[in-house]
Amino acid sequence: MRTAQAVAWKEIQVYFSNPTAYIVGMMFLALSGFFFARDLNDPFPQASLENFFYGANIVLILIAPALTMRLMAEEQKLGTIELLLTSPVRDWEVIIGKYIASFVFLIATVSLTLYYTVLLYVFASPDPGPIYSGYLGLALYGGAALAIGLLCSTLTSNQIVAAVVAMGILLVMFFADLASDNIGGTASTIISEISIRSHFDDFDRGVIDTKHVVYYLSVIAFFLFMSIRALESRRWR
Amino acid sequence: MDSTFQSSMQSTMIQATGLTHYYGPFPAIQDVNFDVRRGEILGFLGPNGAGKTTTMRILTGYMPPTRGTVTLDGYDVVEKSLEARRRIGYLPETVPLYTEMTVTSYLKYMGTLRGMPPKLIKGRTDDAVGLCHLEDYRKTIIGKLSKGFRQRVGIAQAIMHEPEVLVLDEPTIGIDPIQVVETRRLIEDLGKSQTVVLSSHILPEVSMICERVLIINEGKIVAEDTPKNLAEGLQGVERLEIEIGGPVTDVLPALRKIRGVSRVTHRSLTQKELYTVHVESGKDIRDEISKAVISSGWRLLSMQTVGMSLEEIFLKLTTHEDL
Ligand SMILES: Nc1ncnc2c1ncn2[C@@H]1O[C@H](COP(=O)(O)OP(=O)(O)OP(=O)(O)O)[C@@H](O)[C@H]1O
Ligand SMILES: [Mg+2]
Repeated sequence: MRTAQAVAWKEIQVYFSNPTAYIVGMMFLALSGFFFARDLNDPFPQASLENFFYGANIVLILIAPALTMRLMAEEQKLGTIELLLTSPVRDWEVIIGKYIASFVFLIATVSLTLYYTVLLYVFASPDPGPIYSGYLGLALYGGAALAIGLLCSTLTSNQIVAAVVAMGILLVMFFADLASDNIGGTASTIISEISIRSHFDDFDRGVIDTKHVVYYLSVIAFFLFMSIRALESRRWR
Repeated sequence: MDSTFQSSMQSTMIQATGLTHYYGPFPAIQDVNFDVRRGEILGFLGPNGAGKTTTMRILTGYMPPTRGTVTLDGYDVVEKSLEARRRIGYLPETVPLYTEMTVTSYLKYMGTLRGMPPKLIKGRTDDAVGLCHLEDYRKTIIGKLSKGFRQRVGIAQAIMHEPEVLVLDEPTIGIDPIQVVETRRLIEDLGKSQTVVLSSHILPEVSMICERVLIINEGKIVAEDTPKNLAEGLQGVERLEIEIGGPVTDVLPALRKIRGVSRVTHRSLTQKELYTVHVESGKDIRDEISKAVISSGWRLLSMQTVGMSLEEIFLKLTTHEDL
C-alpha cells in the first residue's frame, strides 16, 4: 500500500508541475463554463447546474483521456517500466496509484467549478439537492472515464493512440442509449444500460439511486481490473 | 531438508537452468545454464546481440523465459517473483529514468518502490549520491543531465537499497575514464558483500573486476571460467614472436620445416623482420628454432612467448577464427 501511495504521490506531483495538465484543466473549465453560461443566457434562466453537468459529461470525453494517456504509456516509452516491473511492487499498486493521482487531479479541477455554485447562491436561491447529487454523479462519471483512459494507456506506449482509443470507447459508451432506441428488445435494454450517460440523468435531477452508483463503481472496477491484467500480461509477452 | 542441501542453497545465490528465450521465432538465448555463488562477481561477456540483455531481463524477472528456470536465493523469479525482486538492484541497459524528476527525488522514489523503510531512505540517498559522485547534481532535473551523469544516477538507484543481488547491464558505458575506474572500484567493493552479475563487451574490464566470466555468443555459453584460467586453458596454440636477421625468403621455409610449428606469419617493420610462429599445443620448440637459425648463419635477435590475451580468446570463441 505504501508503494501505491508513493506512485500516486509522484504522479500527483507530475500533474501539478506539468503545463499540459494545467492546459487540460483550463480547457475543462472553459468548456464546461460555456455550458453554464448558456443556461444564464436563457430567456428564463434557471438557478441550476443541470446544463453545466451535462456539458461537463461531454467535455470529460475529451479531458479524461488527455489526463490518463501519459500514465502508463510514458513508462513504456521511456523504458522506466523495466525498473517498475523489476521492483518489488505489485501490479495493482502501480495501477491504483496512477488511478488515484488522475482522480485527485480531476477532482481538483472540478472543484474549481464550485465557483459557479457560489454565483448561483449569490444571485438566486437554487435547490441544493441537484447540485450535491450532480457533483457526486460527476465524480463517479469522471472516475469511470479515467479508468477507461488508464486501461488504454496501459495497452500502448503511444500516448496519442491511448487518448484516441479512450475517446472512442467513451463516445460509444456515451451514445450507446441513442443507438439502442433503434434496436428494440432485450439487446436494446442491455445496450442502453451500458450507456455511461443515461445513468447520469438521475443525478442531474437530484436523485441518488444506488443502481447508478453501483453502475459507475462497476465500470471503474472493471476497467481497473483489466488494466491490472494488461500490466501483468506484459510479463508474458 | 538435509543439511548438505541447505548449505548448498546458502552458497548459491542465482541458479539458471536451461534458459531459452524466443523473440517470435528467433531464439535470442538457448539452453543457458549457470550458477552464481553468494558474494561472487560474475561477468557476462559477448559481442552485440549475443543475448546478454535478454539473460539479465530474465534474471530480474522483467520477462519470463520461454523455457527454463531461474532461482534467486531459492526463489523462482517467475513463480515467486515478488520475493526474488525484493533482493535485486538492477541497472537496465537503456538506463531508464523519469526525466522530469530531480536526482534526489528520483532516488527517494526508487527507494520507496524497492520497499526501503522511510527512515533509511534519506541516509541511503546521500550515500548513493556520494558513491556515484552526484553531489553537485542533487537538485538537477534528470532530463538535463548528460549521458554519463544519467548512467551514474542509474547506478545510484541500483545500489541505494543495498540489494543482495546487483544486476548491471553494461554499467560503465558512456562514462568518462576517471569515472569508469571509480565505478569499477565501486563494483568491486560492492562485490565483497553482494552478489554481482554484470555484462560488458569490454574485456579488460571483465577480467579486472570479475571473479568468473561467462562468454556468451549467439545465445549460447561458449566458455565459463575465471579470467586467468580462460587465458591459460585456451592456449591450445601458443605463439612465439621472433626477430631474425636473414633473408625472409629463406627464413620462412626453414621455420615452417621445424617440427611442432603449425603456422608462420611474417611482418616487416623498419629494419626489422618479425615472425610469428604458432606452435602446436604443449610443445616447447624454442631450442629447435634457435638451433635452426644459428646453423643457417642468421642472427636470432629476439624471441618471446606470447600467451593468448583475453581479447584473442574472446575473438576465437565468438568468431570461430583461427588465430
Ligand atoms: N524485443 C526484442 N524483439 C525482438 N528481438 C530482440 C528483442 N530484443 C533483443 N532481440 C534480439 O535478441 C538477440 C539478443 O539481444 P540482446 O539484447 O540480449 O543482446 P546483447 O548481448 O545484450 O547485445 P548488446 O551487446 O548489443 O547489448 C539479438 O539478436 C536481438 O536482435
Ligand atoms: Mg545488451
